[in-house]
Parts: sequence; C-alpha cells; structure tokens
Amino acid sequence: MSKVKKFLYVNRKAPYGTIYAQEALEVVLIGAAFDQDVSLAFLDDGVFQLTKGQDTKEAGLKNFSPTFRALGDYEVTKLYVEQESLDERGLTLDDLQDIQYEDEDDDYAEKPSIIVVSRAGMADVMADQDVVLSF
Amino acid sequence: MSTLHTVNKSPFQNQTLISCLGHTKAGDSVLLIEDGVYGAMSGNAMSEVVASMGANVKLFVLGPDVAARGIDAARVAEGFTQVDYEGFVDMAASCDRVQNWL
Amino acid sequence: MAYDVNGTTVEHDEEGYITNLSEWTKELADVISKAEDIDMGEEHWAVVNFLRDYYEEYQIAPAVRVLIKSIKKSMGPEVGNNKYMYELFPYGPAKQACKIAGLPKPTGCV
Repeated sequence: MSKVKKFLYVNRKAPYGTIYAQEALEVVLIGAAFDQDVSLAFLDDGVFQLTKGQDTKEAGLKNFSPTFRALGDYEVTKLYVEQESLDERGLTLDDLQDIQYEDEDDDYAEKPSIIVVSRAGMADVMADQDVVLSF
Repeated sequence: MSTLHTVNKSPFQNQTLISCLGHTKAGDSVLLIEDGVYGAMSGNAMSEVVASMGANVKLFVLGPDVAARGIDAARVAEGFTQVDYEGFVDMAASCDRVQNWL
Repeated sequence: MAYDVNGTTVEHDEEGYITNLSEWTKELADVISKAEDIDMGEEHWAVVNFLRDYYEEYQIAPAVRVLIKSIKKSMGPEVGNNKYMYELFPYGPAKQACKIAGLPKPTGCV
C-alpha cells in the first residue's frame, strides 16, 4: 500500500456568496474514500462557514452547514480554525457549531474536531502537509 | 522543506495576497501570476506592505502576465524576480508543495 | 419520467431518484422498491429509515462505508456488514436504498 499522505483543504470563502465552500466540502467527502490523512483549515472569511444557526430556507439555498458535523463519520477529525480570523470578524468559538467525532480507539468517546490555532500555528499546519488544496 | 505559494488576484481586489504573506514560512517562495502581478508593482498603496510582509520569502512575478498587462519592467518593485513559464515549472518541481491561493 | 403512486405522479430523474425530496411517502417507497425488484422487509426499512434520519440531520446521503459502519453500530454486526447489506440491496446498499428512501444519489457515487 502506498504511503498515507497529508491533505489539507484550505477554506477562505464565506459559505453562500460563491460555490467554493460547498464544492470544497463535496470534494472532501469524495476524497475521504481514499484513506489519506485529511485536515481542513478555516481562515479569513472561511470561518463564517462554521457558524451555527444558519437558516437558508427563505434564501432558497441548500444549508450545507450540518454536513460539517458528519465529517467525523468520514474520519475527517481535524478542523483547524484560525484565531485571528475569528477575532477580526468579532467571532468566538461559541459562535461556531459544536463539531465532534467519535474516537473508535477510545471507546467511541466524543471529542471536539475544531482546533483553534494562531496565524503562525496555521502557517505551521500548512507547511506540514504533502498536498494543500485551496478553495 | 519549502512551499511555493501562487496568488492570482490583485491585492486591490481582495485580501488574498496579504493572507498568503501572513501564512508563509521563512524561505518559502511567493509567485504572483495573472491579476496577482499588480501586487508586484512599486509606488502604489500596497507596495510597502507587500515589501515588509514579504521580507522573509523569495518574491517572484510571472513575466508574461506582467507584459500582458503593460506593466513596464521599471515599475516592478525591487525584490521581485521575474520568471517565465519554464521558470514557474522548475519552481513547482523543486519545492515540497504548491499552495495556490484562490 | 415519473412513479405512479395510487394515481399521483412523482417525478424522477433518468436513474430513478425522485426530483423533489419532499414528495417522498412510504407508499412511494413501496412503488420504487417494486421497480427495483426488492421485497421490503423489516431490515430494508431499518436501512431506509436510517438513511432518511441521516439526511435530515446532516443534509447528505452517506457513502456506503459510512452507512455500513453506522448500521453496524446501531443494529449490530449481523446486519451491519458488507455481505448482508448487499444481500438486502443487491445494486448497492447506498445507491439503491437511497433511491427507495427518496434521497439524492450518495456523494461520490458515479
């Protein structure tokens, strides 16, 4: 079997103004079938993708924010969120959805998927990847 | 271990170049392509911030895209090296990863 | 293209997935399952109901391995395994069960 590669999907766009965010999520779900080490990064307007309370009914759009909570089922368990990007937008971790995964190696204990990192920390995460895909 | 970052949007249109420069590691390369090449011009409102944020990285700009936009070589800021398509390919092949900032 | 449920027509695409997800009923599921040549038993319904719940909560139809893993967790390994799930839905548990459940084709299926 070939070596497991580290894939990072970088999300920098708000959820509904363009198709990038939804497409990125679809690519992640499809790519998850390939048994690689997948992480997601949310920075700049990308942090808006994770806010709770999104209601798209009247806007006539598909609300894909609940799908982030399914990522754990696809073994995508690392969602890096940049602190500075939250700060600049007046957001805190409390404004984001609670996203968890079940750790199969720890009796299915529920653990948080969101990892808040500084901008410098985000640069380290990016530099640690084999493949970086931007959306 | 180094990353080649590419940016294809004007810094006057959005924050992508600034965000890119804020997430580089010392020794990385940043290549401006397409409308990104406007970020390599001297004497505009972005020049200083690009120079200071880009101080720890190697800055490149894609020559054909500079020429296409009628930017005189004299207007390309000091610190930027012009490369052609072949140079772009060499850079992509010799780095550890490419991050295309969209 | 449409299914006929006691005189009511429900539009579907060329592969048989219904176009408007809100038009799903249990009666429609029976009609689709007949078209798919599946005799719906308790376990078929359990899978279909699981898929509908999953879609309601996460807004996606799960990939087949996610489906099987989750069924294994909720219904045990006798049902939640590849072989048995393909016996229930010979043309693919995710693909075929999603169709009967009135959901879109699972993401990543071609």
